[in-house]
Amino acid sequence: MNIMETRKNEPVRIGFYVCHCGVNIAHMVDVEAVAKYVATLPNVVVSRNYKYMCSDPGQEMIQKDIREQRLNRVVVAACSPLLHEHTFRGATEAGGLNPFYFQMVNIREHNSWVHTDRLEATRKAMALARAAIQRVPHHKPLEVKKVPINPDVLIVGGGIAGIHAAITMANAGKKVYLVEKEPSIGGHMAMFDKTFPTLDCAMCVLSPKMATVGSHPNITLWTYSEVVKVDGYVGNFKVTVRRKPRYIIEDLCTGCQECVANCVYKEPKFPDAFNLGLGKRKPVYMPFAQAIPSIAIIDPEVCLNFKRGKNPDGSYTVSDKCKKLCVVACGDRKAIDFSQKAEDKEITVGTIIMATGFKTFDPRRTPYYGYGVYPNVYTALELERVINASGPTEGHLVMRNGKEPKRVAIVHCVGSRDENTNRWCSRVCCLYSLKLAHLILEHTDAEVYNFYIDMRTPGKSMEEFYNRVAEEGMHLVRGRVADVYPDPNDTASGRLIVQAEDTLTNRILKIPVDMVVLSVGLEPRPEAEDLRRLFNLSCSSEGWFLERHPKLAPVSTFTDGIFLAGCCQGPKDIPDSVAQAGAAAAEAFSLIDKGYVEQEPNTAFVLAEECSGCKSCIPLCPYTAISFNEETKKAFINEALCKGCGTCVAACPSGSIVQNLFEDQEIFSEIDGVLAPLPQ
Amino acid sequence: MSDSTNKTPDGNWTPRIVAFFCNWCTYTAADLAGVSRMKYASNIRVIRLMCSGRVDPQFVVDAFAKGADGVLIGGCHPNDCHYVEGNYKCLRRYQMLKRMIADMGIEPDRLRLEWISAAEGEKVRRVVNEMVETVKQLGPLGIPAKFEQWDKEMNALAEHVAASQGAGAPGSSGQNKPQTAQTAHV
Repeated sequence: MNIMETRKNEPVRIGFYVCHCGVNIAHMVDVEAVAKYVATLPNVVVSRNYKYMCSDPGQEMIQKDIREQRLNRVVVAACSPLLHEHTFRGATEAGGLNPFYFQMVNIREHNSWVHTDRLEATRKAMALARAAIQRVPHHKPLEVKKVPINPDVLIVGGGIAGIHAAITMANAGKKVYLVEKEPSIGGHMAMFDKTFPTLDCAMCVLSPKMATVGSHPNITLWTYSEVVKVDGYVGNFKVTVRRKPRYIIEDLCTGCQECVANCVYKEPKFPDAFNLGLGKRKPVYMPFAQAIPSIAIIDPEVCLNFKRGKNPDGSYTVSDKCKKLCVVACGDRKAIDFSQKAEDKEITVGTIIMATGFKTFDPRRTPYYGYGVYPNVYTALELERVINASGPTEGHLVMRNGKEPKRVAIVHCVGSRDENTNRWCSRVCCLYSLKLAHLILEHTDAEVYNFYIDMRTPGKSMEEFYNRVAEEGMHLVRGRVADVYPDPNDTASGRLIVQAEDTLTNRILKIPVDMVVLSVGLEPRPEAEDLRRLFNLSCSSEGWFLERHPKLAPVSTFTDGIFLAGCCQGPKDIPDSVAQAGAAAAEAFSLIDKGYVEQEPNTAFVLAEECSGCKSCIPLCPYTAISFNEETKKAFINEALCKGCGTCVAACPSGSIVQNLFEDQEIFSEIDGVLAPLPQ
Repeated sequence: MSDSTNKTPDGNWTPRIVAFFCNWCTYTAADLAGVSRMKYASNIRVIRLMCSGRVDPQFVVDAFAKGADGVLIGGCHPNDCHYVEGNYKCLRRYQMLKRMIADMGIEPDRLRLEWISAAEGEKVRRVVNEMVETVKQLGPLGIPAKFEQWDKEMNALAEHVAASQGAGAPGSSGQNKPQTAQTAHV
């Protein structure tokens, strides 16, 4: 027989426990006074204070009291319920009670950490504790609902984080959908030349992983695709992915690039996005040599077989004006299809990993550095492409005028640590600036100046890397660059003057250079805001996706079943992105391998005998969980659809809808409790 | 319920503010304010609900009736509600409540609704401090004391009626007796 049943008619016996949390609570709240006060309240049988309630001895104390003192309610005043409610529900259950006979009082995050008057904080703790003491007698035993979990996983973003998470999940036999916005996976890492601190070539370490993704039987790779709709919840997300037309049938294209070679444009003419516009491509092109999938794409904006300009629905109209030499070249493969349309695919997955990455800061927002005005001002990412052997200059470090620079200035913290742009440190810029300085010295005889605010090189082997590179003979100037302007004495060559204060010598420096490299910081992607809405996530004030807890749940989000990997959560380098991707995959696993998800039983139900059939509640439910029974003239809530917001409960004029865990009577008791008079 | 105004041990009045915070945005923001060790006034008593849409207008009225000097509701920003649109439902009720409490003689400024996202710990600090300042300016509301006063008046009136009716029509006074103030509010 259920232990609950036997106790149904017993008087309420509450055990109350107030936690010191070391000194976190006890320094601001007189925990002994709180325990003493609560002991005087009705139904309270035990009232204790203890150093760490969440520790094993603390939890065992609760269990022991439940057994020995025949407690049937437990209240713990400690940290936020979002942190330890689960822990104490577990302890309550281990003691032999229904876990929902437990109530938590937040006296750390909402009290001891935010208040400065010990007396007032103690009184507040008493009031909050009293609210819980008055609330728990109304608690009912509830059951956690178990819903089966779909083992498939969706990964959004095909950069190094998404790639690593996808391979990890797929190797363990899970079906993975990897959705990438661009025509190829690889992300920013594919654009880098070499990586710090090991100086191994980025593509050499990345391309095998990209190829694995492309050929893995468990990975469905959808590039040039975007998530447009997300419904459902953990274990059972319904996701719609829009596959944009690339005008090439993926299954038929072999990646031979005959179409590219035979295009009516004999020479590449259009700016190449992968090379940041520094190189040129044709209307039909391969995103880059190692692209995965190795499939060409046609740009309808410039292809002669399309009419110029987009239709209002975003599609393009075929003009049929071109000789279509590409189709001829493709021949029997018949992979080119100008009539291709965007296609929506619906999938069901149990978990989602967000790996949508970052964008680099646009230095046009710091006009004093002259980016976009002076041709010899580059961003660091552009320099990566220039230096890269497969880049637009085939690895020769030459400027837009074709000349090799004799002197190069690298400006740190562009769009980082700056009140006027972004306040955060982007974490990778110091190190990639040092790497670029090393690469410039390797490629040319140029003199290199690094202008930095502070040299930040944390992490394994990073300081060693800094020391090694710094000895290679570059200038390190401690000072933020104030201005970049053309050399008034030499207007013809495009030479620039970099002005900065050397804060170590207190001198204003004006250094003539041929090339300026801006070490741009990392920013949230512009579409992060839309994605946040789509996936029901939170963003920090800077716009990065917000993790559930900065230390204890760094890859989880507030939406169960959605995890974060890589730079979409904040700036990080490649090792950290990969580590986080692995962590996100492991978190997803722990959900999937359990086989089911537990759902909070905070759903609502209708007391049929009280329902007047007014139908007020029905249009309020965003999940259409409420239906009306025409025969009985009563409303009915489908528990499987109810998410437990309680909006209908608040609206019911006859008070005939009850929300489990948040019953009217429970809330009224809390209101009464927080306002009850306290001892003076 | 006789303690209608909240007095600190040194005898000064300090407001009591009941807050209803949604679990996903504002409650989490208040947690963030805690983790960030921001300091704000201790007059606030937070009651956690899953959604601001769960805030029954009766909760607000009940809080005032039981001695709150102010009520603060916190929910997710428009378009960001964890439950799609519970915050809009809350907004409607809030606008109705604003007018309703004014009719009851409660200054509308004693009720405030704020959209505070999980990232806005700083906003929790600011809003709570502003709210406490506003309510301090308004002074104690003291509805329970008023109830007592009204009860006394009603009892006096009932006695007066009973006495005058007792003189005119004896026997009817017994029926009138239950109509004392005890039934006026619960």
